[in-house]
Amino acid sequence: MTATLRLDPPADPGHNAPPPGTAIPNAPAVRRRKRPGAARRGEARAGLAMALPAVLLLLAFLIVPVLLGFALSFTNARLVSPEPPRFVGLDNFVRAFTLDPVFFRSALNTFAFAAVVVPLQAGFGLFLALLVNQRIRGVTAFRVIFFIPVVTSIVVVSILWKFMYQPDGLVNSLIDSITFGAWQGTAWLNNPSTALSAIIVLSVWQAVGFHMLIWLSGLQTVPEELYEAARMDGAGVWRQFRDVTWPCLRPTRIFVLVTITIAALGLFVQIDVMTQGGPVDSTTTLVHHAVVTGYRQQQTGYGSALSLIFFVLVLAVSLIQRHLTRDKD
Amino acid sequence: MAESPGAPPARTGTSEQQLRRRRRAWSYLALTGLAAFFLFPLVFMFISSLKPDGQLLSDIGSWRAFLPVGDISLDNYSAVFGRVPVGRFLLNSLLVTAAVVVLGLVVNSMAGFALSRLRWRGRGLVTGIVVATLIVPFETIAVPLVYWVAHLPIVFFQDGVPVWDIGWLDSYQVQIIPFVANAFSIFLFRQYFSTIPVSIDEAARIDGAGWFTIYRRIAVPLSGPAFATVAVLTFLPAWNQYLWPAMVVQDEKLRPVMVGMQYFFQDNPAWGEVMAYTSMITLPVLVVFLAFQRAFVSSVAASGVKG
Repeated sequence: MTATLRLDPPADPGHNAPPPGTAIPNAPAVRRRKRPGAARRGEARAGLAMALPAVLLLLAFLIVPVLLGFALSFTNARLVSPEPPRFVGLDNFVRAFTLDPVFFRSALNTFAFAAVVVPLQAGFGLFLALLVNQRIRGVTAFRVIFFIPVVTSIVVVSILWKFMYQPDGLVNSLIDSITFGAWQGTAWLNNPSTALSAIIVLSVWQAVGFHMLIWLSGLQTVPEELYEAARMDGAGVWRQFRDVTWPCLRPTRIFVLVTITIAALGLFVQIDVMTQGGPVDSTTTLVHHAVVTGYRQQQTGYGSALSLIFFVLVLAVSLIQRHLTRDKD
Repeated sequence: MAESPGAPPARTGTSEQQLRRRRRAWSYLALTGLAAFFLFPLVFMFISSLKPDGQLLSDIGSWRAFLPVGDISLDNYSAVFGRVPVGRFLLNSLLVTAAVVVLGLVVNSMAGFALSRLRWRGRGLVTGIVVATLIVPFETIAVPLVYWVAHLPIVFFQDGVPVWDIGWLDSYQVQIIPFVANAFSIFLFRQYFSTIPVSIDEAARIDGAGWFTIYRRIAVPLSGPAFATVAVLTFLPAWNQYLWPAMVVQDEKLRPVMVGMQYFFQDNPAWGEVMAYTSMITLPVLVVFLAFQRAFVSSVAASGVKG
């Protein structure tokens, strides 16, 4: 029993005690040899007791709801109903894929949103990270400023931008003064062809600071010597980025892309606060549709089925991430 | 793009220096423009909250939208207090957030400790469960969870007599208890605790300390940064909760601030008052953020280990 520093979690203190009879002069082993069973039982009891509250809570409010959601997907359960849920087989899924035009629209909108937001936010975040990674005066203040929208509630952000998107609101007035009146804005949120784009802009504005910081921590792991070597070889700024920065950012890249994708697929608050899915379903999303049917229309069974479809999507993205990160090793 | 000072020696000529100076100038220009882009909506919000509606709308066409000029007052704020029970909403949010953060720190750190330093049967299984639940977004369980909590039993005391009832809807506990245990917090604590040398445990065991004492007297005091990170990571979502309380809390007396805002969701609200309300619920968070920005920044970096 030596006092080595062990940093890995499976290190279990006191269990690599020498077999009985081995003469070891220092105290802990001797002590432990006296009551190995009792000590071990005590430790087992303590471990279980300390983990128990968290385990029970995770079971009750995460695992059970996941399983319940799966089970309810195959029933006609309603939130408040005198009758118990009845098994209806795949009816809810058949309804989603064949009878519910809003579901189709919501899936389309969700994918469109993700397809634009993921590259936009990741690219913009990387651009910001490169800017604030320079060793110039005052750069910390800019990091803080770019991060401020992230700590602002998305509910507040949504209602604020809803105000700014009014036909005679701040956005149109800014567009008017920037283009010297050459280009008139529109009623962004009331126009089916602009509503989703308008929501994309504020979503990126709100969340990009978070990914800037993730990129930044990735950038700071790139060894400075690599840049020096590249400069030695006469590489310019662009070559340094392409041949040094970009390859070194591979793990960060995967993490950023996956977190943005999952968050984008879960788009809900902006829609609920700003448009309620309108105009003419042009902004409805999977999660919004699931909440509207499953909660507001009280069709728990159908809403659970839609949630399950969303879950499968997220799971697929996570599995792709796991696959990509495993490739490297 | 890292601009390391003095990397190429100054001898390489003035053109090199000029180039760098020019690049720096462009950087500042870009940074300033972007700062304006990220700040203008919030400045607009705070300024607008001080103006009467008529002036607010007419100011939008000019730079006055960003300046506290004209008829400036706190009238919108008092109007908000007159119209909705903001004080109550703030109190509810504060209570729910504090409970989620504090209970979460206790429950998740104990679990992280048990998973990182103790050997017990089922540890592998529990670790597996924690890692598996990391990828479940709340949106996927929201609908079944409402159904679930609507059917949970609850015991309360009426005149000192325990009574039991079904359904957690419209309560504080429905806003708190489902969010106490958090797989990611457990994961972070587990990682952090495993960096504390086990020799310390050994020494404490010799002195006759129990495992709970080791957790409380040794592991917790040594893990300040982990507690700060987890506190920040749970504080923000708890304060900003919207989807869940919108579904499970109808009673005005129990509503948190974000749901309380629904009063203003109608089509033509009094925008000055809306801006006053949103300013009021944003300011506390901004103050906390500016005071503890280091903890915020390192919590984001910590969330990067998830990948």
